Amino acid sequence: MAPAPCQAYDAIVTATRDVAARDRAHELVQLWDGRPGPLGSLLGRVTPVDQVGVEERAGSLMRRSIKRESKLWALDLAIRMTDLTTLEGKDTPGKIRALCAKGIHPDPSDPAIPSVAAICCYPSLVPEAKDALKGSSVKVASVATAFPSGQTFLDIKLAETREAVAAGADEIDMVIDRGAFLSGDYLAVFDEIVKVKEACGDAHLKVILETGELETYDNVRKASLLAMLAGADFVKTSTGKVQPAATIPVTLVMMLAVRDFFQQTGRAVGIKPAGGIRTAKDAIQYLVVLYETLGPAWMTADRFRFGASTLVNDVLMQIHKERSGRYSGADYFTID
Amino acid sequence: MSKDTAIERRERRVGRGADVPASWGLGEGQAIPWEYASAPEARDIVDIKPRYGLFVGGKEIAPRSGEWFTTIDPSTEEPLAEIARANAADVDHAVGVARRAFRRSWGDLPGAERAKYLFRIARILQERSREFAVLESLNSGKPIKESRDVDVPLSAAHFWYYAGWADKLDYAFPGRVAKPLGVAAQVIPWNFPLLMLSWKIAPALAAGNTVILKPASSTPLTALLFADVCRQADLPPGVVNIVTGPGEIGMSLVRHPDVDKVAFTGSTAVGKLIGKAVAGTDKALTLELGGKAANIVFDDAPLDQAIEGIVNGIFFNQGEVCCAGSRLFVQENIAEPLVAKLKDRLSTLRVGDPLDKNTDVGAINNAAQLAKIEELVESGVAEGAEIFQPACELPERGFFFRPTLFTGVAQSHRIAQEEIFGPVLSVLTFRTPDEAVEKANNTPYGLSAGVWTEKGSRIFAIVKRMRAGVVWANTFNRFDPTSPFGGYKESGFGREGGMHGMHAYVRLEDR
Repeated sequence: MAPAPCQAYDAIVTATRDVAARDRAHELVQLWDGRPGPLGSLLGRVTPVDQVGVEERAGSLMRRSIKRESKLWALDLAIRMTDLTTLEGKDTPGKIRALCAKGIHPDPSDPAIPSVAAICCYPSLVPEAKDALKGSSVKVASVATAFPSGQTFLDIKLAETREAVAAGADEIDMVIDRGAFLSGDYLAVFDEIVKVKEACGDAHLKVILETGELETYDNVRKASLLAMLAGADFVKTSTGKVQPAATIPVTLVMMLAVRDFFQQTGRAVGIKPAGGIRTAKDAIQYLVVLYETLGPAWMTADRFRFGASTLVNDVLMQIHKERSGRYSGADYFTID
Repeated sequence: MSKDTAIERRERRVGRGADVPASWGLGEGQAIPWEYASAPEARDIVDIKPRYGLFVGGKEIAPRSGEWFTTIDPSTEEPLAEIARANAADVDHAVGVARRAFRRSWGDLPGAERAKYLFRIARILQERSREFAVLESLNSGKPIKESRDVDVPLSAAHFWYYAGWADKLDYAFPGRVAKPLGVAAQVIPWNFPLLMLSWKIAPALAAGNTVILKPASSTPLTALLFADVCRQADLPPGVVNIVTGPGEIGMSLVRHPDVDKVAFTGSTAVGKLIGKAVAGTDKALTLELGGKAANIVFDDAPLDQAIEGIVNGIFFNQGEVCCAGSRLFVQENIAEPLVAKLKDRLSTLRVGDPLDKNTDVGAINNAAQLAKIEELVESGVAEGAEIFQPACELPERGFFFRPTLFTGVAQSHRIAQEEIFGPVLSVLTFRTPDEAVEKANNTPYGLSAGVWTEKGSRIFAIVKRMRAGVVWANTFNRFDPTSPFGGYKESGFGREGGMHGMHAYVRLEDR
């Protein structure tokens, strides 16, 4: 791939080809972004995103229609890609156990229906989830780093991450420090992600950008690149606590960043839209955009997830409808 | 070339083209059962008659010539209907009818009354939009998503817009009185049959003129369906007349001594003939002719969206657009990544059945045009430019052409100079803004241009220096009835759309 407009930025991207070179990348980010100076901000020079253009492209992809067999496959895939989520103050061990049961067998009457990818919960409930999911393929994902605001001390964020992993979390969903990002202190955001990644150990790290608070697509692209440079395994749109949460155009912008990052570094990063994805139709539209942007290599739960609490039942209803030709009532699918 | 290898690798792996996993050189994709449904729009919504006569004086009449010709579906080469072949006597009759309608009913009708008919036509076009979209795609080869989302809604929008002007002409030209010209002869091309009809008929009727419209010989069907709309709207007979036939019928219409206004959209060659035919008469003339638009991409442009704009600029309607962005000027320092992205994007274009909702690129309108595109592409290869075409599967029948990209193009190549009017993009590079402007303007045409940059001040600086009628910034091929459209130099003169478009159909007198 040829030199992009900003050579130094390329140097960073190239430097992250292996983890050992990340220190060099860090140095460069520090050099450019640490303090305001005559060179300005390196990340200020990331290729811009045109709002009208990206929304138009997303709109045109949403009008694609897929074949029935492909649709059945896509619905099945959507379940396998789901991080079944509960993130409420009123969550209890009982709620988590019920959700885990649902995650393992989304439709108890049909063993052909696959399990979801993961159960996503607060750190204090990880032991309960780990226990309930024992022997299944379903992973435990824990939010961490003072979810959803991220407004606490770095030590506490790191401790929370380590505790969650120690309690058995396979995946950590961290939030970035939007305050630091919006004030231009990209270095703080970068450093924090690097440290949380270290604290994760073997656990996979998903980095929540909270796109609803970043507001512009330019910010979303910058934050995506920053997170990937710092070692994120996944970039995730939202906490679900801020409106708007995931949208198709925002997810498309992240996919385009992932594509550019992969083409320059060879490292594949996953994407997780979360919040507001409620219907099978929504899920299929995301998969169409994914297919057209990143192709079949990304159409797997290792590289794409849906963060959702109520999506699964609508998908089940559609699978049932595609098979039987009839719609069933909502009471034919379990609510957990 | 290393930049091609990712694409070649993908083509080898998947074996076939457009409905293939778009994997963007992103490693070995898994085999997945992902196919878009062929989602054809139902054909039976349109009722195509076996034969269409001329539409003169509010009724369908047989041609005096007694001759008929066949119009086909360019995507299958199947015949669709027999169309009347008018002769000079038919033209003379139609002009007489239009003249009488102008004198007796339309010319003196109050603007508010004329507006009622135009509003009615706009509404009927919207109500029958699916019918028009399907028929347009059947007869012209353009993808249904374009006829459905662009051609038909924009056509209706033109009628809505000019209906609004009909009763406000006294205020449109301050201190002047706007009078209709009389009988307008309008000759339109095959690339946007219904939309060009609307661009022509809506302002003409709003100003109080009567018209004789000659649609292109390969795409008469939506114009003849529009005749039905005129009847449905109770438009007084003779206000809109439609005569069909080959190019020479258009010429005899233009030459007719009782015509007051000539409006033509089409090729520069024919435009020159019309210019000569009209010279020395007192006929008003507007010409909207060919183009070879420059689409200029600076290194600070939003690249992924610029790719979409470039693709839309040249592959919209198979590139059969007079304002198509057929010359891409890329700043040299981003040429390589941009071309790589562009090739990847081209590989995901779906070429095929125009009536399929998932189709991006449809059929070329006619065999002669296809031959012209093929000839020019061969000249590009012969002159040494590097060609890229995605390995998509083309239907066996019908006039199809692969989306094509040329790199290493020089200004002196024919593909950089001549209007190809097909899905063929020539990529050139530049180093500085001055060079971009100089090269972009270095063409006999001047219809449209595009600029891609994040820098607002640069947009204005470039736009001021472009000799083109329309310049789009960070978008392309965007149309609106309120915005005037027309060319510089060999791209013609006169403007259509907006109040400027109204001006072309009125005679201004002192109050």
